[in-house]
Amino acid sequence: MANPAPKTNATDARLAAIAKPDAAAWSHSARDAAAKRVVDMQLPERRDEYWKYTRPDTLVQPDAPHAALFHNDEGPLFDEMDRLKVVFVDGVFDPDASDDLEMAGVRIDRLAEPADIHWAADLYGSLEADGHYVPRPLAALNTAYASDGVLIHVTGKAEKPINFIYLHQDETSDAILHHLIKLDADAEMTLLETGPAAARFNKCMEVDVADGATFHHVRAQGRDHERRAVTHSFARLGKESTFKSFTLTVNGRLTRNECVITLTGDDAIAHVAGACVGDGDFHHDDTVFVTHDAVGCESRQVFKKVLRNGAVGVFQGKILVKEGAQKTDGYQISQSLLLDDDSQFLAKPELEIYADDVACSHGSTSGAIDEEALFYLRSRGVPESEATDLLTLAFLAEAVEEIEDEALRDALVDRLQGWLERHRG
Amino acid sequence: MLKINDLHVQLEEEGKQILKGVDLEVEAGKVHAIMGPNGSGKSTLSYVLSGRDGYEVTGGAATLDGADLLEMEPEERAAAGLFLAFQYPVEIPGVGNMTFLRTAVNAQRKARGQDEISAADFLKDIRAKAKDLKIDADMLKRPVNVGFSGGEKKRNEILQMAMLEPKMCILDETDSGLDVDAMKLVAEGVNALRSEGRGFLVITHYQRLLDHIKPDVVHIMADGKIVKTGGPELALEVENNGYADILAEVA
Repeated sequence: MANPAPKTNATDARLAAIAKPDAAAWSHSARDAAAKRVVDMQLPERRDEYWKYTRPDTLVQPDAPHAALFHNDEGPLFDEMDRLKVVFVDGVFDPDASDDLEMAGVRIDRLAEPADIHWAADLYGSLEADGHYVPRPLAALNTAYASDGVLIHVTGKAEKPINFIYLHQDETSDAILHHLIKLDADAEMTLLETGPAAARFNKCMEVDVADGATFHHVRAQGRDHERRAVTHSFARLGKESTFKSFTLTVNGRLTRNECVITLTGDDAIAHVAGACVGDGDFHHDDTVFVTHDAVGCESRQVFKKVLRNGAVGVFQGKILVKEGAQKTDGYQISQSLLLDDDSQFLAKPELEIYADDVACSHGSTSGAIDEEALFYLRSRGVPESEATDLLTLAFLAEAVEEIEDEALRDALVDRLQGWLERHRG
Repeated sequence: MLKINDLHVQLEEEGKQILKGVDLEVEAGKVHAIMGPNGSGKSTLSYVLSGRDGYEVTGGAATLDGADLLEMEPEERAAAGLFLAFQYPVEIPGVGNMTFLRTAVNAQRKARGQDEISAADFLKDIRAKAKDLKIDADMLKRPVNVGFSGGEKKRNEILQMAMLEPKMCILDETDSGLDVDAMKLVAEGVNALRSEGRGFLVITHYQRLLDHIKPDVVHIMADGKIVKTGGPELALEVENNGYADILAEVA
């Protein structure tokens, strides 16, 4: 009997096909170590517990699956706001469309530039490498092979928000970007990320928030129906620092957003929130891991999903409270509004607590539109479709309200409202 | 204005007959009261008129100024001028009271082919009307009915009525859960809205609300029918003797 042909290994196939960037010398050792992690961990497979609800194959396969381009008739998000624009087209930096990378309170560099950047050499890949309580091989793959990214060193109060704008103009683009953000003590900045980025996008961001510093992050992942994305945000928080991240996801065939936060200084605050709306061929996965490793820290995870026509939502959220992390205040809520019987929400909330003086609460629900509330609104003259939209926005409100800046919040609510109007039953 | 003829209604799921031939006519400018024991069908009548799901009309008709109410969606009935003050106002987390009212006012205006009210005019109007009902700015900002006391919820219903200016108002046990002071406040709100062009149907268990909102006509409802109709003195008779005498008399 002939031996069966050796099984093609998905990790080997991916690594054979991946473009090896001509990387700056300072990043070589971190990249080599990350490449080794990928081989050791192997890229995710369907049978991996951490990928039970989301099929990783299209994120792992050698070439990006085709994703039709989408004409967005709503115009660029945050267009009327004063912000510093950094534009990537299918993962390639576009200097003409970008602003000068100079601003008071920050130093901005690019990963693809050869300059020796000491702070970046220390940070690059370090939070990712520390974030593998659960293997995150696609993040390690990113560290090893990212073609570009933005390195931001925030030394004071950033003059205005920085906006990474990701355009998608090639139907088979496969982009890998890795950003580093280092906030010095008491520094402050707001990062905006907008757009679909590529047919397939692997993005990794490492954020080091020093004592007393504040980082705000607001992201909108673009309306392209066929795009795929896997993103990782790693954050380390110092004493009395703040990290607040919100993501809006409308459409997209497959999105996996992982957020890995470690509270290492006392009295730090971490909020991570997301609202997603999906209609039809839509799979959205929020995977969050918050570690409390200091006293008196607060963390919130607030995720809301509106799903219809067979759309699928996934939430895997964990709060780990380490020994000694007393006075922890942890909160986690994941909820879905299922607008029909075909849609699905899968949630795995987890708490793991090794300290005895903590307050942690978590909840997860799936539900339909409240018929009582719908009738009440209609009885006051509000047509059914408008009333449904109003109740849907109300459902999303707790997540959206995590955005502190009113102008940013209003801009995203506008987009949500537009989506709801276009996707009425 | 509101005409109900031989209305028969059953529960959709259980098939149980609740209304067994209701006849009623409320004229413009008049206040009619319906009293009756528990389970007589009073609340069902209000729900069926406003278009709530779960009820099946098996016979009869209900019209508002000649228009067939039973054929309309709930929002169309509202735009046609019908308003139901709920016995149990619904809490809607995440929707601000002010946003809700403005959406409702504008939706009705749109349905009637009128322009939307300007933000400034709306604010001026709602502030004045809220003040009369002792509803403070905080209650206007909060989510609809969320965390409101029983009295606040009922006052909020009357505020909605005042803002929407319906021609036919149905009050479903608006007095339930109210103390005397709250009831007076609500009654004053209702009385301020009484006008020649507007009809009221006040559903209540007890006569005490009718001390404050003086009815022109009182109906007694029992077992799905209006069994007796009279003047305000009929309410006093109920108050003094209960329903048993009246029911025995008509049986």
